[in-house]
Amino acid sequence: MTYESVIGLEVHTELATASKVFCGCPTTFGVPPNTQVCPICIGMPGVLPVLNKKALEYSIRTALTLNCDINEVTLFDRKNYYYPDLPKNYQISQNYRYLGVNGLLEIVVDGRSKRVGINNVHLEEDAGKLLHPSTASADYSLVDLNRTGLPLLEIVTEPDMRGIKEAQIFMMTLKNLLQYIEVSDCKMEEGSLRFEVNVSLRPQGQQAYGTKVEIKNLNSIKTALKAIEYEMRRQSRVLDEGNQVIQETRLWDDVEMVTRAMRSKERAHDYRYFPEPDLVEVRISKEWQEEIRRHLPELQDAKKRRFIEQYDLPEYDAQVLTSSKALANYYEECLRVYNVPKAISNWIMTEVLRELNERELEPDEFSVTPVHLASMVKMIDSGTISGKIGKTVFAEMVETGKMPDLIVQEKGLVQISDEKELAGIVAKVVAENPGPVSEFKKGRQKAIGFLVGQVMKLTKGKANPQLVNSLLREQLK
Amino acid sequence: MELHSTTAHELAPLLQKRKISSTELTKAVLERIEKVEPRVNAYVTLTPELAMRMAQDADQRLQQGNTVTPLTGIPLAIKDNMCTRGILTSCASRILHNFVPPYDATVVTKLRNAGAVFVGKTNLDEFAMGSSTENSAMKLTLNPWDFERIPGGSSGGSAAAVAAGETILALGSDTGGSIRQPAALCGVVGLKPTYGRVSRYGLVAFASSLDQIGTLVKDVEDTALLMNCIAAHDPMDSTSGNIPVPDYTTFLNHSINGIKVGVPKEYFVEGMDPVVEQAVRKAIDTLAELGAEIIEISLPHTEYAIATYYLCATAEASSNLARYDGAHYGYRSPGTDNIVDMFSKTRAEGFGKEVKRRIMLGTYALSAGYYDAYYLKALKVRTLIKQDFEQAFQQCDVIVTPTTPTPAFRVGEKTEDPLQMYLSDIFTISVNLAGIPAVSLPCGFAGSLPVGIQIMAGSFEEGKILRVAHCYEQAAGFCRSRPTL
Repeated sequence: MTYESVIGLEVHTELATASKVFCGCPTTFGVPPNTQVCPICIGMPGVLPVLNKKALEYSIRTALTLNCDINEVTLFDRKNYYYPDLPKNYQISQNYRYLGVNGLLEIVVDGRSKRVGINNVHLEEDAGKLLHPSTASADYSLVDLNRTGLPLLEIVTEPDMRGIKEAQIFMMTLKNLLQYIEVSDCKMEEGSLRFEVNVSLRPQGQQAYGTKVEIKNLNSIKTALKAIEYEMRRQSRVLDEGNQVIQETRLWDDVEMVTRAMRSKERAHDYRYFPEPDLVEVRISKEWQEEIRRHLPELQDAKKRRFIEQYDLPEYDAQVLTSSKALANYYEECLRVYNVPKAISNWIMTEVLRELNERELEPDEFSVTPVHLASMVKMIDSGTISGKIGKTVFAEMVETGKMPDLIVQEKGLVQISDEKELAGIVAKVVAENPGPVSEFKKGRQKAIGFLVGQVMKLTKGKANPQLVNSLLREQLK
Repeated sequence: MELHSTTAHELAPLLQKRKISSTELTKAVLERIEKVEPRVNAYVTLTPELAMRMAQDADQRLQQGNTVTPLTGIPLAIKDNMCTRGILTSCASRILHNFVPPYDATVVTKLRNAGAVFVGKTNLDEFAMGSSTENSAMKLTLNPWDFERIPGGSSGGSAAAVAAGETILALGSDTGGSIRQPAALCGVVGLKPTYGRVSRYGLVAFASSLDQIGTLVKDVEDTALLMNCIAAHDPMDSTSGNIPVPDYTTFLNHSINGIKVGVPKEYFVEGMDPVVEQAVRKAIDTLAELGAEIIEISLPHTEYAIATYYLCATAEASSNLARYDGAHYGYRSPGTDNIVDMFSKTRAEGFGKEVKRRIMLGTYALSAGYYDAYYLKALKVRTLIKQDFEQAFQQCDVIVTPTTPTPAFRVGEKTEDPLQMYLSDIFTISVNLAGIPAVSLPCGFAGSLPVGIQIMAGSFEEGKILRVAHCYEQAAGFCRSRPTL
């Protein structure tokens, strides 16, 4: 039978605040275990949480961008469960009055716009990490509490996505948006964007939802998609065999690439939520909301329009360059070094994006920084190197991260613009290629291209192409 | 009079005029401890060396004279559920038997800064859950007025230490009566301030929405002095009130002429010890003689207070005490080989009976399917109780009641019957549910045992309480009585 998949998401994003959500500890990623902790975030007896205003502001900013209604009074609640990475054995979260509700995010699927409902947006604290020794004989696990208390924003969608493509586009659109509004760096390899997925199947055309399964432990968009794909296959097999899907929570196994049953509905946790008595209710006035709205960072559409106007770019260029905030920043940083909007755009849309995609890098991780790229384009424009040599230099920059002038110097790639030197080479090419020369003289303009190519070949591409062209035309008069 | 039986307001001028030194005073208190502590057992931890060092520092300050406060050089005892950097903070529980905090509670910082001298950490019912201090896993504290009786609880150690002259001042905490009830049973003055008046940062939580740190001292004036030091807004405690703190001593030595004293009819109940009732009635007569206008009032939801309290408090406790699992600090059950066993055995072995009982009750009250019927209902009743007081305080300035239905009971008398034990807080619990301040001070004796009267006021109206209490105390004179040890 053909089934339609119904997908809902819970997205956890770590907010990019300088300090943790309920204490003053810094939030730097990758520092040695348990060095970014204090009595508060490790839940020692007697300590109390104090809400980080920036985390609240980022949450409001996100909720507003996702078109949510903001609750003017929001509350924190305790979610009680025992786990050694959760030092208080409860998580401060929100359950009874979320920060934002009834939102939506518009995505574009196959050129058509689709609205995905946002059930709620709420703020909570992250848990720590367990480190399991790799040796099988080890009889212990270690706890790293650096991550404990990082501000975590949870975005819960309605089950509005149909099929894997919509889920993918939703996740990418949301990630892009979160980066645009500067609330999270969304670095999936650092765990700052994580997913839980609800998947159910129903026969094509059926109204009622099928039984849903929740999948946890999805640390990237790619993994989430694999898990959805696997789960759709598994559920359709179950249904095809005439069996019923069991409502349960499953865990994604990234090694075996399968989902595994974790706990059934009957064994679901009773989190015993109740209002957090150590925090007071949070008032979010209409005025504050408006202020946050007024100071929203430039979103993609606005940026695109600005690029078209300010840099005189074609719409296509502007679209590509603003496809992520990081890329748009990369572009504008290039322009700050060398302001030739279209030439830089051309390089980014071809060479830069190709390399980034092949290497799966973010622009800010790329060995060719805006300074590299802009300096190189400047060298081309000033005639120091040819455009063709530029590609060689670019490839070298990608590999070594060296500055373009250094590469040109080391490899002797400076363009030959010496008229005398080139005139000799041109004369030689004319003498050795009587066929094309006579064709040109008969009026076949195209034949000159071959002759230019020959000069380039002899100069290993270093000849100034405009100069070669004019010398040839002179000699062939 | 011996130094150990004096008060801070008597000692401060002597210290400041260099008539005595803090070192002398501290020595006198330590000697007193040496003499009576084996019988009283008020302290979980004594810190005589620290005390002598702090006394020397205080003497230096007193000599220089520029950063002196009324508490500089005065010995102080701290209930063992307030975190003290570098000093064991056990909560009288096996599960924290080795817990030495790396930080001070905000009140402790304030007292350090004021130059108080830390004598030790006092005994309590485990995690402040109890009314007799018999639930301590550490030791059995006895009432200095009668060694066959309990001192009350949960701040029984602090109350007994003050009564026995084993400290000049003490801090307690009060979640349902834990300062006022032992104050009454030990014949001292105990103030539970308004919820949010004193920072809870560093107070090991029992029930976060009810817990409040307060004072256990010998008289009302010392109450004002200690409050002047510890009452403040604290950015580290989101629930602390950002309201200016008055100088509490300015409320002393005023007449109470024309003050309206409400007496709630629901607080004079069947089963109350007639001698206690008599002492309280007599105190009310004294207030009238001093010019107060006595009016009968009603707090109609009083009968639901205990049930409400034991749902709210235990629900919060079940979550607050979840962190004690052996994973990060404190007791860990030895020899377990998986995390579930480690958690459950640690907690099974680390907590005492009453703590477990309350964790079970609270867990139940918050469970899916019961939450609305128990916890949510309790919150609603709590609001009604709060409204009772708001309405009452439109008719009167303060409310006067007995602090406890009986004087100190015998050791072991109620340990097998938790409900009977819970009833000893019947007059103190509503105050915590409403978040208002209340004091207990001596108002006479039932035989050889002290009896306490409770004075309540509206939120952040500690000043009114102190005014009435001081006036009464000066007239009645019971605060001068000390047990003979």
